[in-house]
Amino acid sequence: MTPRFDKLGVVIAAIVAYAAFLAPFATFRANRIVPGEARSILEALTAALGPLLLAIVIVAAIIALLKTPLVLRLAASVVALAALAVLIGVAGIFLTPTGNTFARISPASGFWLLIFAFTLLLADVLTRLNLSPLARVGVLVIAALAIGLLLVSGQWDSLSILKEYANRADSFWAEGSKHITLALGSLAAAVVVGLPLGILCHRVERLRAGVLNVLNIVQTIPSIALFGLLIAPLGWIAAHVPVAAALGIRGIGTAPAFVALFLYSLLPVVANTVVGLAGVPRAANDAARGMGMTDRQRLFGVEFPLAFPVILTGIRIVLVQNIGLATIAALIGGGGFGVFVFQGVGQTAMDLVLLGAVPTVALAFAAAIILDAVIEMTATRSER
Amino acid sequence: MKEAGVKAWLPSLLRLALVVALVAFVTNPGWFEPLLKPLTENNAPAIYNQGSLLTLTLLHLRTVLIATVAATVVAISLAILVTRPAGAEFLPLSRSLVNIGQTFPPVAVLALAVPAVGFGEKPTLIALFLYGLLPIFENALTGLTTLPGNIMEAARGAGMTGWQRLIKVELPLSAPIILGGIRLSVVISLATATIGSTVAAKTLGEVIIAGLLSNNLAFVLQGGLIVAALAVLIYDGLSAIERYTARRMGQETGH
Repeated sequence: MTPRFDKLGVVIAAIVAYAAFLAPFATFRANRIVPGEARSILEALTAALGPLLLAIVIVAAIIALLKTPLVLRLAASVVALAALAVLIGVAGIFLTPTGNTFARISPASGFWLLIFAFTLLLADVLTRLNLSPLARVGVLVIAALAIGLLLVSGQWDSLSILKEYANRADSFWAEGSKHITLALGSLAAAVVVGLPLGILCHRVERLRAGVLNVLNIVQTIPSIALFGLLIAPLGWIAAHVPVAAALGIRGIGTAPAFVALFLYSLLPVVANTVVGLAGVPRAANDAARGMGMTDRQRLFGVEFPLAFPVILTGIRIVLVQNIGLATIAALIGGGGFGVFVFQGVGQTAMDLVLLGAVPTVALAFAAAIILDAVIEMTATRSER
Repeated sequence: MKEAGVKAWLPSLLRLALVVALVAFVTNPGWFEPLLKPLTENNAPAIYNQGSLLTLTLLHLRTVLIATVAATVVAISLAILVTRPAGAEFLPLSRSLVNIGQTFPPVAVLALAVPAVGFGEKPTLIALFLYGLLPIFENALTGLTTLPGNIMEAARGAGMTGWQRLIKVELPLSAPIILGGIRLSVVISLATATIGSTVAAKTLGEVIIAGLLSNNLAFVLQGGLIVAALAVLIYDGLSAIERYTARRMGQETGH
C-alpha cells in the first residue's frame, strides 16, 4: 500500500468517477409528473462550461485522492461545491426550451453524488481542522449566506424544486413559520415544565423512577398514533371549555400536534436535568452549604450552572427531533413542511417532496450545529 | 424481605399480563369490541376490518427485524473497521457523519426513497435501516474504544493475533453496550415503521392511518397500542439479555 494515497480520497475519487461519467447530471421532464430523461454533464451544459465543470471535479478528486495539505483540500472542496451549485442553475436555464413553462429540469443522481462526495471531503477537512465552536457557526453562516445569495439571485429559478416553490410561495412561508412555531413552541413548553419536574425528580427520589418510566412509555407510542389520539381529548376540551376554543385549541390541527411534540420532548429534558444534577460534584455542594447558601441559592448559583451543559444536550436532542417530527403534523392538519412532503407523495411529484424535505433537513442540521457549539462553549466555561 | 419479594415478581406479572393481552388482541380482536365501541361514531366498525391485525403485526415485526439485522451487521462492521489501525483515519469523519445522519427526519428519508425504489416495503426498509444504523454504530464505537487497557495488554501478552483479540476479547466485552444500541434502534424502528404506511408499506401504521382518514379513534388507538405494547415488551426482553451478558462479562473478567 503506497502511503501517498489518502484512504478517504480513494472513496471520494471512486464516487466522483462514477458520478461524473456514468450517472446522469440532470433530468429533463416534459411536465412535472412524467418520468424524466437523463442528461450527462456534457449534454446539460454549453460546449464551454461542460468540459470546465468536468475539469474542476476531476482536479478536485485528484487533490482528494493524493495526500495533500489541508488548505488545498479545503479549497478543492469549496471550489467544486461552488461550481456545482452555480452550474446546476446554468444547466436548468440551458435545458429549458425557451417559452416552455411545463418542462421541468431537476438535479439527477450524478449531481447529488458529486455534492455528497465533496461534502464528505469538506466535512473531513473541517473535522481535521478541529475548529472552535464559534468558527463552526461561522462556517454555517457563510454556507447559509452563499445558498441564500444563490436563491435570491434567481440562479436556480429554472430548477424544478424552485418552480414548485414559485407556485406556492405564500403557503411555503406560512407552513414554514407553522413548522418552526410547532418545533420551538413545544420545546419551550417542555423546558418550562420539564426543568422543574427534573429538579423535583432529583430532590424526591421516590418520584424519579415513576416519572421517567411514564415518559419512557410515551416515547414508545408511534408519533402518528399519538397525534391521532390527542384529537379526541382536545376536541372535547374545545367543545366544553369556552376559553380553550377562543385560544385556538381544536380537535384537529395545530393543537394536538403541539401537545404530542411537547409530550415527546419531556423525556430528554427531564432525564437530562436529573442526570445533570446528579453529576454535580458533592464537594461543590458541600462548599456551597459551608458558605451558608440557602437551598434556593445553591440550586441557582451552583447546581444549575454546573448541570447546564448536560441539560442543553437534552434540549439539542429535543430540538432536532421536533424539527423532524413536526413533518408528521401535516397528517392531522397541523401544517408545517410535512404538508408538501405528503402532497408530493400523494401526487408522486418528487419536487414537491423535496420542497418540504430540504428545508426540514436544513433546519435540523443548522439547529444541531448551533446547539453543539453552544454546548461546547458552556461546557468549557463551567470547567474553568 | 417480604415486600422486596412482591416488588421482584410484580414487573414479571405485569409483563405476562401484557403479553397475554397483546396475543389475545391480535388473534381475537372481536373479544375487545365492546371496549372500543364507545370510541366510534355513526356505527363505524370498532375493530380494523380491512385486513387481519395478526398479519399486519407479523409484517410490522418482519420489517423491523430485517432492517435491524441489516443495520446491526453494517454498523458493527463499520465500527470494527474504524477502530482498527488501518481504518483509524476514518474515525473522526465517521463520528461527524453519524451526527449529520441523525438530523434527517424519517419522513424525509422515506419520501425521498420512493422515487428510487417505488412504493411499499422497500422505502420503509431503507429508512429504518439508515435510522437503525446510528445508535448501533455509536454504541459499538463507544464499546470498542473504551475497553480496559490492562485486559487488552494481557491479550496481547498472551500472544493473541489482532483477529483473535477482536473475536475473543473486544467483541464479547463490548457486547452489553452494543446490545444497548440495538435495543434503542429496535424501539425507534418499531415506532418509525408505522410512518412507512404513508408510502403504502404493510405495517400497523395502516390501521392508524385508516383511523385518521375515516376519523375513527378506535382504529388509531388499537394500532398505537399494539405498537407501544410490542415496543415495551421488546425493550424489556432486550434489557434482560443485556443484563445477562453484562453479568457474564463481569464474572469472566472478575476471575
